[in-house]
Amino acid sequence: MDIPFTVKLRDDTNLYNAKVGIWLFLGSEVMLFGALFSSYILLRVGAPAGTWPHGLLNVPIGAFNTIVLIVSSVTVVMSWASLKLGNPGKFRFYQAITLLCALSFLTIKSFEYRDKFTHYEIWKTDGTRMTGHIEGSPYFWSTRTLKDKKLDQVVFHPDPHHYAEPVQRHEAGGGAEHEGHAAISVPASEIARLSAFVPAHSTYFAIYFTLTALHGLHVFGGALVIGYLWGPGAKLWKTDPERFTNRIEISGLFWHFVDLVWIFLFPVLYLL
Amino acid sequence: MQPTTTETQHHAAHGAHHEELGFWRKYIFSTDHKVIGVQYGLTGLLFLFFGFCLMLLMRWQIAYPGKKIPIVGELLLKVLGDEMANGGVMQPDLYNAFGAMHGTIMVFLAIVPIAFAAFGNFVVPLQIGAPDMAFPRVNMASYQAYFMGGVVMFFSFFIPGGAARSGWTSYSPLATLADPAHHPNGQTFWILGMVFLITSSLLGAVNFIATIIQLRAKGMTWMRLPFFVWAQFVTAFLLLLAFPPLEAAAVMQLMDNVAGTSFFLPTGLMVNGNPPPISGGGSPLLWQHLFWFLGHPEVYVLILPAMGIVCEIIANNTRKPIWGYKSLVYSVLCIGFLSFIVWAHHMYLTGMGTKIATFFQTTTMIISIPSVIILTCLFISLWGGSIRFNTPMLFALAFMPMFGIGGLTGLPLGFNFTDLHLHDTYYVIAHFHYVVAPGTIFGLFAGIYYWYPKATGRCMSEFWGKVHFWSSLIFMNLIFQPMFAQGMAGLGRRMYDGGATYAGFDDPALGVVGVPQIFIDMNRHISWAAWCLGLAQIPFIINFFLSMKQGRKVTSDNPWESTTLEWQTPTPPPHGNFDKPLEVYRGPYEYSVPGKSRDFTPQSESDKH
Repeated sequence: MDIPFTVKLRDDTNLYNAKVGIWLFLGSEVMLFGALFSSYILLRVGAPAGTWPHGLLNVPIGAFNTIVLIVSSVTVVMSWASLKLGNPGKFRFYQAITLLCALSFLTIKSFEYRDKFTHYEIWKTDGTRMTGHIEGSPYFWSTRTLKDKKLDQVVFHPDPHHYAEPVQRHEAGGGAEHEGHAAISVPASEIARLSAFVPAHSTYFAIYFTLTALHGLHVFGGALVIGYLWGPGAKLWKTDPERFTNRIEISGLFWHFVDLVWIFLFPVLYLL
Repeated sequence: MQPTTTETQHHAAHGAHHEELGFWRKYIFSTDHKVIGVQYGLTGLLFLFFGFCLMLLMRWQIAYPGKKIPIVGELLLKVLGDEMANGGVMQPDLYNAFGAMHGTIMVFLAIVPIAFAAFGNFVVPLQIGAPDMAFPRVNMASYQAYFMGGVVMFFSFFIPGGAARSGWTSYSPLATLADPAHHPNGQTFWILGMVFLITSSLLGAVNFIATIIQLRAKGMTWMRLPFFVWAQFVTAFLLLLAFPPLEAAAVMQLMDNVAGTSFFLPTGLMVNGNPPPISGGGSPLLWQHLFWFLGHPEVYVLILPAMGIVCEIIANNTRKPIWGYKSLVYSVLCIGFLSFIVWAHHMYLTGMGTKIATFFQTTTMIISIPSVIILTCLFISLWGGSIRFNTPMLFALAFMPMFGIGGLTGLPLGFNFTDLHLHDTYYVIAHFHYVVAPGTIFGLFAGIYYWYPKATGRCMSEFWGKVHFWSSLIFMNLIFQPMFAQGMAGLGRRMYDGGATYAGFDDPALGVVGVPQIFIDMNRHISWAAWCLGLAQIPFIINFFLSMKQGRKVTSDNPWESTTLEWQTPTPPPHGNFDKPLEVYRGPYEYSVPGKSRDFTPQSESDKH
């Protein structure tokens, strides 16, 4: 039994089935990310004035990643066009670049994540706050870690400025480049709360990690599909080139959507 | 098209296709839309029964608070332990868990899978003349995701701390903080289960819409689609666009539970007098907005397929065209659109502000118009018909007044000034159960009795069907009618002891008036009616299974003499459905056309012959 219009276009809609399917799926994806972006707006608007963090993300790195994804969008189109022109060699070349872009994006993003996991904020009992690094750059410490490890003090390399101070707004990053600043010792009794820049740190990091991780999963999933069609899946080109080209088109549509989400994510999280 | 006997057609079709599939490929990992529909149906009916049983146990605690549950009490104690069922008495945590899971199971694991997935899968491709769904393997995956979600939800009863206990709406911060002693706890399982169920719905929705757009048979134009297909089409869009925000919310609540974030936990939150170790800054209202953005379209996901089923059966059994087919279609499209902008009428008492409340009150009143149009069309369709009162028709007829009661009693809840009084009382329970229980579930029963001969080649017993119908109708009303009175008297809907604490709690000095004892006594009558409703389902269960082997064999592929395409297949339809190419020449409900020799003209019958 054959399903009609898997490859052939239906007369009245001028579409093959999978194209209808992917657009519907992307519609639901818009609602998924739309809900998260709305949540971002609600949380940010609901935060007391002046408490929403600024300048904690590295804008040049984010911008570079944006360019990486835009390049991959171009190569995805080129690979599909190459197939339409009957040139599978060029398709493999362009799609290899797409895969490399996906890989670099995820690698860069994971370094950004790692930076945050070793970057700390201390809320002191006297009401002051400071950010910086703990001696030895441990991951994921929290107030509970101090109790569990029975530490009576923390050796801390504070950043020159706290992100809530106005000066900080003009400086990019505020991250690793401040490492090696004079170390101070903070007694555990003076620490009201200690948290790395992890989701539990604040609603800002909560939404930042949720949005970027979900987007990262999409990049990863899209790369898996593109990788499959580039490798073992490419055999279909020999038996049914039209269907294979359609598959590339579908995966390309998904890839464009993933890029588009990042085009929104970058300004919202890094710049605003 | 002449009616032929089942056996010959079946053999002919089998010979033509002749794909030998093993047991596993044919029944478990099938890509055939009809098998998947039956899988959904059977699993959904099991969960329907399970969810119903949870409520039957809760009704004991409500009617006889603090007394040992007869028979089952010992079993609960053995399986769930002292913490949940000390001495065979339902403990508060267990009551809360059962309440939360009753709602979750009934909505997400029973009604939606049966109404949308089971009937949609089985009937829609047949009615539009398609060989299968557009993406058969995606279809299989969506059933498997649903099944996994069901397993996760079911399993959560037996983990330490028990199942989710914060209501089917899982409002934060309660949902995040209700069971701090266990990690992962029932709520974590609930969220994971929901992620599976949402994934299943999304895959199903994409598949349905693509199928209806792409795979309609030649000549099956949009305005020739049976109304059931339209209802499923709109339902699929609701699922496609309303579910993802809940998925986003579920991800965020999962982060709150597992990663310690504060998406829904506000600043200044205190638990037992201590601040929990969280950053704060979150918004409990955000969860409610995201939940009800799904939650309200979900109401129409529950009701629209049932309306579709009822419409098919009424046209078939009045032997005349549906009155106002176009009005039905445009109304269902209106409902689909409007259902996205009414959600906050569930939140009048949250303090979101009177301006927002006014907006949502207005849209809520507007959405009742297309619902009334649909019901009116169905009622007028009865006028002058020579009605056949068979079992499916009885259920379909009962659907209309029952849904009518449910819908009309919703109006006082949609006005925010009356909602202030009725909110969170038994009135609300009575209202939405009238919509879903004697409404949707009656529609589903009608559909089961109606399409059973197509699926199995045998009819269900009419006598036991009528016993099932009349007893269900009576007990449904005995259960839910008194709840309106209880609710108007102010009886709250989530009370562990059925409100006994508040009975006779009069204090003229404070101006406090307790719930009069008569409304507390009703708890016992309602509970007995509920248990009798359970007994009333026994004829159905026996009828359903016995008729597969012993039911009267159908003598024609079209035993109800219907016009729509699903009756033009062999019985039961083989893989690939139709044994010859099909063309559609006319609308879906050409019954009793003057000048014809028969009182029905199938859509695939050409005027030339």
